[in-house]
Amino acid sequence: MEVFSFLADGIFLALQPVNLALILIGVTVGLFIGAMPGLGSVNGVAILLPITFLVPPASAIIFLAAIYYGAMYGGAISSVTLGIPGASTAVATTFDGRPLALQGRASLALVTAALASFVGGTVATVFFTLFAPLLASVALNFGPPEIFALMLLAFATFVGLGGDDIPKTIFSICFGLVLATVGFDTISGAPRLVLFDIQGFIRGIGFIVLAIGVYGIGEMLWTIEQTRGEITTTNPKMTAKGLASDAKEAVQRGWKGTWIGSILGFFVGVLPAAGATPGSLMSYGVAKIISKTPHEYGNGSPDGVAAPEAANNSASTGAMLPMLTLGIPGSPTTAILLGGMVIWGLTPGPRLFLDESEFVWGLIGSFYVSNVAAVLINLAFIPLFVWMLRMPFTILAPLIFVLSIIGGFAASRSMHDLWMIVIFGLGAFFLRKFDYPLAPAVLAIVLGPIAEPTLRQSLLLSSGDPSIFFIRPIAGPITVIAIILILLPALKLLRRNGRVS
Amino acid sequence: MKLSKRNFLGLTLGTALAALPLIALADGWQPKRPIDFTIMAGAGGGADQIARFVQSVVDANDMTNRPLVPTNRGGGSGAEALLHLKDARDADHTIMVTLNSFYTTPIRQEALGVNIETFTPLTMMGVDPFVLWVHKDSGITTFEQYVEKVKSMNGEYVMGGTGAGQEDSIVIAYMSGAYGLDIKYIPYDGGGAVAKDLAGQQIMATVNNPAEAKGFYEAGQFVPLLAFSDERMGAYPNVPTMKEKGHDFSYYNQRAIVGAPGMSDEAAAYYRDIFGKVYESDEWQGYLKSESLSPLPMDEATTRKYWATQVENHRQLLSEIEN
Repeated sequence: MEVFSFLADGIFLALQPVNLALILIGVTVGLFIGAMPGLGSVNGVAILLPITFLVPPASAIIFLAAIYYGAMYGGAISSVTLGIPGASTAVATTFDGRPLALQGRASLALVTAALASFVGGTVATVFFTLFAPLLASVALNFGPPEIFALMLLAFATFVGLGGDDIPKTIFSICFGLVLATVGFDTISGAPRLVLFDIQGFIRGIGFIVLAIGVYGIGEMLWTIEQTRGEITTTNPKMTAKGLASDAKEAVQRGWKGTWIGSILGFFVGVLPAAGATPGSLMSYGVAKIISKTPHEYGNGSPDGVAAPEAANNSASTGAMLPMLTLGIPGSPTTAILLGGMVIWGLTPGPRLFLDESEFVWGLIGSFYVSNVAAVLINLAFIPLFVWMLRMPFTILAPLIFVLSIIGGFAASRSMHDLWMIVIFGLGAFFLRKFDYPLAPAVLAIVLGPIAEPTLRQSLLLSSGDPSIFFIRPIAGPITVIAIILILLPALKLLRRNGRVS
Repeated sequence: MKLSKRNFLGLTLGTALAALPLIALADGWQPKRPIDFTIMAGAGGGADQIARFVQSVVDANDMTNRPLVPTNRGGGSGAEALLHLKDARDADHTIMVTLNSFYTTPIRQEALGVNIETFTPLTMMGVDPFVLWVHKDSGITTFEQYVEKVKSMNGEYVMGGTGAGQEDSIVIAYMSGAYGLDIKYIPYDGGGAVAKDLAGQQIMATVNNPAEAKGFYEAGQFVPLLAFSDERMGAYPNVPTMKEKGHDFSYYNQRAIVGAPGMSDEAAAYYRDIFGKVYESDEWQGYLKSESLSPLPMDEATTRKYWATQVENHRQLLSEIEN
């Protein structure tokens, strides 16, 4: 088949010494950037973009894609070891990764994350290789109503999961949604909720600010208060044998989540504007719903680590597709890659596959190579990350505070953001004391800015008629499923009450 | 005196040595710390591309002794960047890449207290024209057919563009006013999302910049109907302009580099020199051509005059939209 000869050329190009060296450097740099709370692939790619003018475009994009990949693997590392999601795509990884680390199984969590990421990335690349042009046309069928329906589904998986307290979960989502509306509103063209006329609010409240505040400050304060400083540090030892047995356990207990994440993540990632965060979240939700042992989720289930990790890698490969074929970035990082391509003199769009086939297939080939490189490098560094956890908590806690503040400042270079981090941290500490789940708020601040404009665009399209979400062929089924999921807990409750009486 | 080769060399060298302090003096100002290179838009947009392109040309040719540090401050439709420059603590090391929110945001958000005429003009890198596009499946090939179609749909014709009060909405508002069109306008975050939804026929027409629509145009999916430039564009010679249709209207997105208010003359001269060289470079000239930007070089005084007219024009256009 023609595709395979193109692919073989692409892999061959990616394996040339220069490109291979760039892949290895890129993946390693990305891994560490991703592991820093606050810094993600966006920062890494933006900082290193100018360097890429020294090499041909094909090598340049291979390098940047390698950083992107590495950062996706790296995001899990801070989620597991520090409990702070390094990027919005890794929030769901904290749900089970952090409990595993607290049980002294950090290495299992990290190995699971690495292997799931590898499978996710590879599965997505295979889909990409075989169906790229077809999927691009599917992506075009997703207008505002479809994207909104998808966001509704992402929220629904959250409420539907509702292991804990559903009213508190809904409160947390609403709180996050309100925070997400702060700042400038594109649709009306006016600023909203600029509290106390502080100009810093015009920019809005970013995910990084809330996540670092909640996890880096709030959760840490809570842990300190719970343990009164007498935290028993688990003493995870790392040996090659331990790594091998962890890998075996990861495969046995995480394969289901990995497959769900790989497939679901890719399809959500392909849709422009959606990106990897809803993909990882929905994969976690679906994995829990179809699991035979849902009570394990949230208490350290390897499946719960595997699903979001497979999904975020799969989705980030998927997000390359609309970038290359439509010229539409599916995520902030692909937006910068897109800018890079224009600067290199390429026109992303429907003709790129035909006009620049060497470039495109070199990139696709590099996905395969980068994935292999990333999983090996990641596994090699796991002992180092686990070793960090062996530090006494009295040293680790201040270190996390310092990292949080530095990461928060580096991302935007704004003092306003630092004060917000501290305020959110204190607020999160008290909410945590009253048992409010905070992850829904953190995710709402990511999904809200996608959901709100698409809702309003849809209603503008239909002149205010909400039936637009039900009658369109793609939006309709998604909306119906979302509504069933939202109502599911209520139905269960009714049935239970019915039985009691 | 006979001018031997040796004497000549000595003379040249002597002159060069004598002139050296002068050159150094003329160069005078040099950055003392990294230069804050603020971008008035988010990552990935047109202004961002230009900033990173400029940075790469500067880096590749080692033009500055301190690095340019690009930071995206696109929040509040550029309000964040404008405030950052207005309140810059070190005006000599704070510069910005602009788009037209440079004009519109201070008008729409008077509470910011930003007066752009206090900013320091540095270099006009080019201006980006607007073009009216439809999808090829609509069967529309001329502007007249388009006008007829919009009128026949009684307010159900859907166009997409950037946010309310931003460039696209201004262009569409002018066009609707001039031809009595009733258009349903859907605001989006950026030009890329607008182009994609035209390709997927979620919307029926757009006024994207050529750079945003180029990929789809080359694939034969988009049809250009009308250019909002002063003259016909080199890349689209068969597309008539709004001026040819008898309306004195053209609209461009400004791609300029400006300095913070209160920048010293020496620093401003330094940056004009650097970015002037970038502008002249083959790389930039190639970029102007491939992305269909029009060159519009101007000096400081002309730029100030240009700003004043632009502010006046935008004030009028925006008040027309709001009424």
